[in-house]
Amino acid sequence: MKNLKPHTRRNLITFIGLAVVWIVVTVLRGQGVLGRSASGLLVPICCYVVMALSLNLTVGIMGELSLGHAGFMGIGAFTGIIVSQSLMRAVPSVPLRLIAAMLVGAVFAGIFGFLIGIPVLRLRGDYLAIVTLAFGEIIKELITCLLVGVDEHGLHIIFNYKGLKGVEDLHLSETGQVIIKGAQGATGTQPIATFNAGMILIFLTLFIILNVIYSRTGRAIMAIRDNRIAAESVGIEITRHKMIAFVMSAAMAGAAGALYGLNYSNLVAAKFDFNTSILVLVFVVLGGLGNMRGSIIAAVLLYVLPEALRSMHDYRMLIYAVVLIAVMLATNSPIAQSFFARFRFGRKGGDEE
Amino acid sequence: MSEQKKRPATKMVPVQTHAIVPDRDADKSPILECHHLGIDFGGLTAVNDFNLMIGRTEIAGLIGPNGAGKTTVFNMLTKVYQPTRGVILIDGHDTSKMSTAQVSRMGIARTFQNIRLFKEMSVADNVLVGLHHEMDYRLPSAILRLPDFWRGERIARERALELLSIFDMQDMADAKAGSLPYGAQRRLEIVRALATNPSLLLLDEPAAGMNPSETSDLMDNIVKIRDLFHIAIMLIEHDMNLVMGICEGICVLNFGEVIAKGSPDEIKQNPVVIEAYLGKKDKKEAQ
Repeated sequence: MKNLKPHTRRNLITFIGLAVVWIVVTVLRGQGVLGRSASGLLVPICCYVVMALSLNLTVGIMGELSLGHAGFMGIGAFTGIIVSQSLMRAVPSVPLRLIAAMLVGAVFAGIFGFLIGIPVLRLRGDYLAIVTLAFGEIIKELITCLLVGVDEHGLHIIFNYKGLKGVEDLHLSETGQVIIKGAQGATGTQPIATFNAGMILIFLTLFIILNVIYSRTGRAIMAIRDNRIAAESVGIEITRHKMIAFVMSAAMAGAAGALYGLNYSNLVAAKFDFNTSILVLVFVVLGGLGNMRGSIIAAVLLYVLPEALRSMHDYRMLIYAVVLIAVMLATNSPIAQSFFARFRFGRKGGDEE
Repeated sequence: MSEQKKRPATKMVPVQTHAIVPDRDADKSPILECHHLGIDFGGLTAVNDFNLMIGRTEIAGLIGPNGAGKTTVFNMLTKVYQPTRGVILIDGHDTSKMSTAQVSRMGIARTFQNIRLFKEMSVADNVLVGLHHEMDYRLPSAILRLPDFWRGERIARERALELLSIFDMQDMADAKAGSLPYGAQRRLEIVRALATNPSLLLLDEPAAGMNPSETSDLMDNIVKIRDLFHIAIMLIEHDMNLVMGICEGICVLNFGEVIAKGSPDEIKQNPVVIEAYLGKKDKKEAQ
């Protein structure tokens, strides 16, 4: 391992670490050590890890603050649910349906990322952050207007923007099933998401992101982040590269959303609001901008923490906030940094961190 | 972009020339032509009626007192600013509809007065960004790490190290660009600009902040780059020893207007230049 490039070795360690966690968790579940509530957290954790990784591509690598990432997760979740529910009869195999749902979720989120990216990526800094926030909320509201059902004639979709129509307007046949009921969200979804699917998605996301970062495209994206004018002066097309990063980020969030949506039998669009976007942003910032391993660790710890603190009842979010502040202070203090530096294996100054 | 064909890469191998008569005189068509170039910022005319031609392998100097509009000319040539009036021809092609990135691909590369490196990236990566268009693999090949990715990266990295070796910087390849000493950062900017395979290199105050021995090294290096790559170089500089020492043609700007053009000897004796330049200098010294 010594003669590998520093970043190759670091990435290898991250992958090995993930694999070890995967095996340990699988063994623990097999032994029945993990309780029901802990097992129930596994899939959402995987989803939020993928969300953090994909947002890190926008925030850490591209260097633009996006506050609407949950919107893409929402698109992925509901398209994933529609795909899975409507393919129930045609594709009995659960893993195949899960893959199809995640793929379609990623494609739809990617398409929306592209459409939103056209106006948004002309902006920079605070303006871009505010507009992505608005788009995130718009997506959420649009999903709330959807009425979707399926029967043997195919999908029935009503865009109920006036709020006057009901489920009966879908005109489903007797064997038909309603998938999304407007503001009530998706109900009666068959939960097919599994921890293994989540881990595979994390591996795939990490593999794609790291391979993009260490390529001409990734270098161009980071060059734009470091100095836009200089990047342009060496012939880098700004909009094109920003679009690549933004669409990839949105598509990965869509896949994570599809997995998330298929983990619950009931899901409302309000779940994918501003708070969720901020939650994922907190994972990314605390994990370190551009630091993928940090994003994974931060997402896991900060998602588990509030759940572990459930016994504290009212003081739960108070302690959560104190922990966030403590972590921020600690990671910024020079003493703590030199302390942690001794535990950083395979890392060398002068990389994207 | 489609009509732009890929230009052959400039060779690293020095071509022997008959020293006294440089081969640049053989080719008369200029690499850069500016006709009646001008730009206004609101009501202020920053540059007006700027006319210039630069030969294929000429080293040209652009001088003038502070605020004369020298960097503005560079910014117009690289389309950071869109000129209000006039035409810029690169190798005979009109650049009026082009963006900064397209002009770069037409063969203009530049450095900046206030250094603009990709500070968080390594020295080698800075040069590799300059070599972006020399690599022809696509994004899917990068994601799947297909053979053409490895081949493209290997060739590009070799070339990056080769370019860095012009300034003996190949040992710093893995250092963070922002951590380099000032002089090395300036040199890295030149290497990054050369990586884009330019036919005209614009240097904006390359000797700023350098001591006399560093400046003298830089002068040798600028001439070396011209002789190695057979490209034209245009530089903005306040160090008159450097300008008079290596420039073959000099253009003097004052208040956005060209007040003189000619060889170093002509410029030195031009009364208008002496008045504009030394007049300013006297005032400054009096303060």
